[in-house]
Amino acid sequence: MPNLSDLKNRIASVKSTRKITKAMQMVAAAKLRRAQEAAEAGRPYAERFNAVMGQLAASVGSSEGAPKLLAGTGSDQTQLLIVMTAERGLCGGFNGNIAKLAKAKAQELIAAGKTVKVLTVGKKGREAIKRDLGEHFIGHVDLSEVKTMGYANAAEIAQDVLSRFSAEEFDVAKIYYSKFQSVISQIPTEQQVIPASFDAPEEGDAAASTIYDYEPSEEGILADLLPRAVATQIFSALLENGASEQGARMSAMDNATRNAGDMIDKLTIEYNRTRQAVITNELIEIISGAEAL
Amino acid sequence: MAMMQFELVSPERKLASVEASEVQIPGAEGDFTAMPDHAPVITTLRPGYLKVVSASGTEEFFVTGGFAEVSSEGTTVLAERAYTRADMTPELTAELVAEAEAAHKDAGTDASAKLVADMASGVAL
Repeated sequence: MPNLSDLKNRIASVKSTRKITKAMQMVAAAKLRRAQEAAEAGRPYAERFNAVMGQLAASVGSSEGAPKLLAGTGSDQTQLLIVMTAERGLCGGFNGNIAKLAKAKAQELIAAGKTVKVLTVGKKGREAIKRDLGEHFIGHVDLSEVKTMGYANAAEIAQDVLSRFSAEEFDVAKIYYSKFQSVISQIPTEQQVIPASFDAPEEGDAAASTIYDYEPSEEGILADLLPRAVATQIFSALLENGASEQGARMSAMDNATRNAGDMIDKLTIEYNRTRQAVITNELIEIISGAEAL
Repeated sequence: MAMMQFELVSPERKLASVEASEVQIPGAEGDFTAMPDHAPVITTLRPGYLKVVSASGTEEFFVTGGFAEVSSEGTTVLAERAYTRADMTPELTAELVAEAEAAHKDAGTDASAKLVADMASGVAL
């Protein structure tokens, strides 16, 4: 029989845990709204950008002198995996799922005899894959000081990646992040950024059939825009990741709050039973003592 | 007067979406003004002021780079960074020029030198 004061302490501690998880859930909900708005606001840019890039890539991409960022280096021997996760934990399977996907892909590539390099963004993912892929790490981007994800952050990461690419450190770059589907579902996603792949414009699309005048030239524009395309893709991924993280945290904390509630109910029942048992015991003692006289 | 749809978007948000009668764009190869039914053009931008004339008056935005697409549907400007005229405080302009100079120091190419010059002359207007 557990003693009464122990149970009381237990109940008090679970209650304060519930308060904390409840608060975290509400904070995550507020942040989620903001993150979703940011993702929403970033969408028109990414969409227009990709549409134009698609047109340009379709007309220039197949030619001989196409930039390396688009056509690739002609090899896929060295692969750079950019694993983007959160800076904080307590968000359910969010970090784990991205890390798991990246790990599986990395092992596949290693098994196929490719050289794998890993760039991590966000410390949680770094910790998760350190054991298996630690020796492949070539860099880390710390975003723990960043309050609101801005394009400047993405541009910085892109700058780093691009300078590594021009130093011929890798042939193919892929980003791993979580796509925001809904509060309860975030999908770990793999996306190739170098060489860039864009959806070709659809046949019969009004915008696609327009013949544009390009200034300075198609190649010139492409050379100017391709590095930006990398930054844009990383930025959208960061925004998606931000929304996913908050969504995952919100549902994880919602579960935790509910579990704490269940636990409190159970403990309270046990506490009441124990108290009753103690009283009954005392009564029996008194009565049997009186009878003995 | 004929109008066309004008949109100015940066990666972070949409800055403007209005019916405009003319838009002055600082193209990489020189400034030009897009009016309704302008021939379709895609051009990169240099740092400078973008002027939008709409029914509600004239608005000015500073763009640091990116590209503009003029088509039969309207004009879309995708700017890496964009500020309204009111945002352009002396501190911000100094920061932008300093940033361009720092980038030039790192890169040391003709293109980055041109960016510094464009930035300096762009913000001076």
